[in-house]
Amino acid sequence: MLKRFRLEEPGSVEEAAELLARYGESAKVYAGGTELLLAMKEGLIRYERLINIKQIPDLDQIKLGDGVLRIGALSTHRSLAGSAPLKERLPAFVRMEENVANIRVREVGTIGGNLCFAEPHADPGTLLLVLGAKLTAEKASARREIPIEKFFVGAYETCLEEDEILTGIEMPLAPARSSLAYLKFGYLERPSVGVAVFLALDGEGKSVTDARVAVGCVGPTPKRIEEAESLLKGKGLQDASQALGRAGEVAARASDAISDLHGSQDYKEHIVQVLLKRTFQQAYGRCQSGGESQGELHG
Amino acid sequence: MGDVNQAGRARESCMAKAMSKRAHGQLIPISLTINGALSEIEVEPHELLLDVVRERLGLTGAKRSCDVQVCGACTVLLDGRPVSSCTLLAFEARGREVLTIEGLAQNGKLHPLQDAFIEHGGFQCGFCTPGMILTAKTLLDENPDPTEEEVIHFMQGNICRCTGYKKIIESITAAAKKMKKK
Repeated sequence: MLKRFRLEEPGSVEEAAELLARYGESAKVYAGGTELLLAMKEGLIRYERLINIKQIPDLDQIKLGDGVLRIGALSTHRSLAGSAPLKERLPAFVRMEENVANIRVREVGTIGGNLCFAEPHADPGTLLLVLGAKLTAEKASARREIPIEKFFVGAYETCLEEDEILTGIEMPLAPARSSLAYLKFGYLERPSVGVAVFLALDGEGKSVTDARVAVGCVGPTPKRIEEAESLLKGKGLQDASQALGRAGEVAARASDAISDLHGSQDYKEHIVQVLLKRTFQQAYGRCQSGGESQGELHG
Repeated sequence: MGDVNQAGRARESCMAKAMSKRAHGQLIPISLTINGALSEIEVEPHELLLDVVRERLGLTGAKRSCDVQVCGACTVLLDGRPVSSCTLLAFEARGREVLTIEGLAQNGKLHPLQDAFIEHGGFQCGFCTPGMILTAKTLLDENPDPTEEEVIHFMQGNICRCTGYKKIIESITAAAKKMKKK
């Protein structure tokens, strides 16, 4: 059962930030509630006030411009999965969103809420890491951009200040002959392992000019694994393919996998290696099949 | 007779207590449409849609089961889309249309999905059925001719412990065919 709380419904980001500053730890931002309400029902956390930010206009917009896709923090998983500009420019992101939790969670849950709750077993953070996304955080008098790799501090913990609100996410569109893939594995409701790969090939499609690798769900936060990336970057395709096994080992070790209900550390590390190979192959396949056209990012 | 009066008084005092308890919290007046009928009620911020629908409106088709948005037994449609009413604050229904399984039959005639679930054995114990049928309704409203994969992907969050799902998929596919003919 939910304990009683008061509801505040600010009409602007400034107003919401002022409420957060005024009530401190006794208040929490509420958007879709798909994570927050579960924890509150369990009695794991309690707030005297929830601040519903869904009355603030324009925080659910999805816009394309200046080589960047801007997503409002209040975009639901469903609206992201159905967004025309995202489908055209970032299909791998759409596929990830189509498979978040289930249809009811996607209907209500927001991308901003997903990131801010920082539940380790989540999909979006891992993919945003290889996209080089930037998050916009606002408070009453200030606004800053946070690179996604600085955002997650620990399980259920982000770098947001007490009176800061995540308002948007910016994803740069990638250059020609590049693509993206995300694969996850799990047998529970939430994913147990998630791996994302971003690949860029040279003009002839024969060597890897850029590679980014991120692993999520296995440890406290999703992580970019640069050591694994450097094993793939600048290599001819054959060499890069041969280095995948080693890159997988490196990624598994660096992922900070822990043993929990989703599996033992060893098991998760093994799955990371398997998924890294498959994600790389998928990303590579997409690079070949049209990743080059019009500088689009084909996922 | 005395006993009846006593019971009546006890009930009244119980209700009065409940009312006074309610009066301590913040009240949000909302108007919503439930199964086609406009309803004006006051809810407290922490009240869940499932409790309002079951306890205050007496519509018990939606069930509390997993309570963590995994099973789909509490599914109701909000503006035509499935939500977990066990984890949706009731005030979120303000100004919106709620459809529960009780509102699906029209003028005493079952919806084609309901017919199909009966004809094709799409349920056994029936606990998941309201959620299954409502979710399937959204699917067919949006995609009148889904492939089997599309049915499975859409219905993935609704759990059935009896049928093994095959009969449910058959029922939905059969309903889709029937609805297309009309």
